[in-house]
Amino acid sequence: MKSQHLLATALAALACAAAPAFAQQKLLPAQSEISFTSKQMGVPVDGKFKKFDAQVAFDPKKPEAAKISFAIDIGSASLGSAETEAELVKAEWFNTKAFPQATFQSGAVKAAGPGKFEVAGKLAIKGASHDVLVPVTLAQAGGTTTASGVFTIKRLDFKIGEGDWKDTSMVANDVQVKFKLTLSGVGAM
Amino acid sequence: MNTATATRYSGIAIALHWVLGLAIIGSFAMGVYMSDLAMSPTRLKLFNYHKWAGITILALSALRLLWRLTHRPPADVAMPAWQARVAHVTHLALYALFFAVPLVGWAYSSAAGFPVVVFGLLPLPDFVSPDKALAEVLKATHGNLAFLMAILVLGHIAGALKHQFIDRDGLLSRMSLRKA
Repeated sequence: MKSQHLLATALAALACAAAPAFAQQKLLPAQSEISFTSKQMGVPVDGKFKKFDAQVAFDPKKPEAAKISFAIDIGSASLGSAETEAELVKAEWFNTKAFPQATFQSGAVKAAGPGKFEVAGKLAIKGASHDVLVPVTLAQAGGTTTASGVFTIKRLDFKIGEGDWKDTSMVANDVQVKFKLTLSGVGAM
Repeated sequence: MNTATATRYSGIAIALHWVLGLAIIGSFAMGVYMSDLAMSPTRLKLFNYHKWAGITILALSALRLLWRLTHRPPADVAMPAWQARVAHVTHLALYALFFAVPLVGWAYSSAAGFPVVVFGLLPLPDFVSPDKALAEVLKATHGNLAFLMAILVLGHIAGALKHQFIDRDGLLSRMSLRKA
């Protein structure tokens, strides 16, 4: 009886010690940012998404077990001018009515040096899904973890900009996506 | 210096006058036309050409101002003092607008979140950060100043035509591309 009790206590202690690493991490939206930069006739135009959410199960010590999924509200995109924002939601661009969300679902996650990881996954925008490889750099401070990185996608892969807008001499095919995500509850690196 | 050159502007001043005159009228027409276009690749193209033209006008105007400050223009032809004053005030206001209109346009572009990249190659700095409310104010200011310049240009042309065809005082030959 006594040994059983001891075992239970030991298991509970172990579970407690391990708990932070396996708990679902939480995204802190107010301290997170997802932005994108496209080039129009050589002019870099910055935009950002104001609404997004993520489900993250990530232990820096076991990156290969990580699961990250993401959903971005396309309608929350903000760009400098009202007329470009009005343009973005149209069928030629994001067709926000039919495809209100962009999603990312992680596949393999690999460590790539101290504080660096490579997250492979599927990015789905406007009904098209493509593999992307996202480099992520982690920084930890004061109980929160910031994951940041930059990757490039080809807008035409996702039919962003149809018809006359397919012309990449007007709007470049490459779109840079930049993110800074602040998470709570990530285990120490 | 003989009298023939003293009654004419210098060759550089004359060249800058006509090149800038055409560039400004062209950019103004383009600006009026493109601002009513619906979003399309054409609109985007015209906006960029307009910005490139505007920055070129700004740079040439700086050169022109420098030239004007270091080179004496020919003396006024005989005319009533008030007419000479109106002409001088108009010239002064036009010079101010050669700078104000492109500078405000540049600021408007920056405030709207579109930095100016001249000829798609040379990125210019942003002196204002993206701000929708400010962009609206700058847009209106850019347009109003451009229309003010258009009115002054019309006055300038009307004055030149009056001297040419009513006063017949040969004033236009001072700025003529052909030597009399």
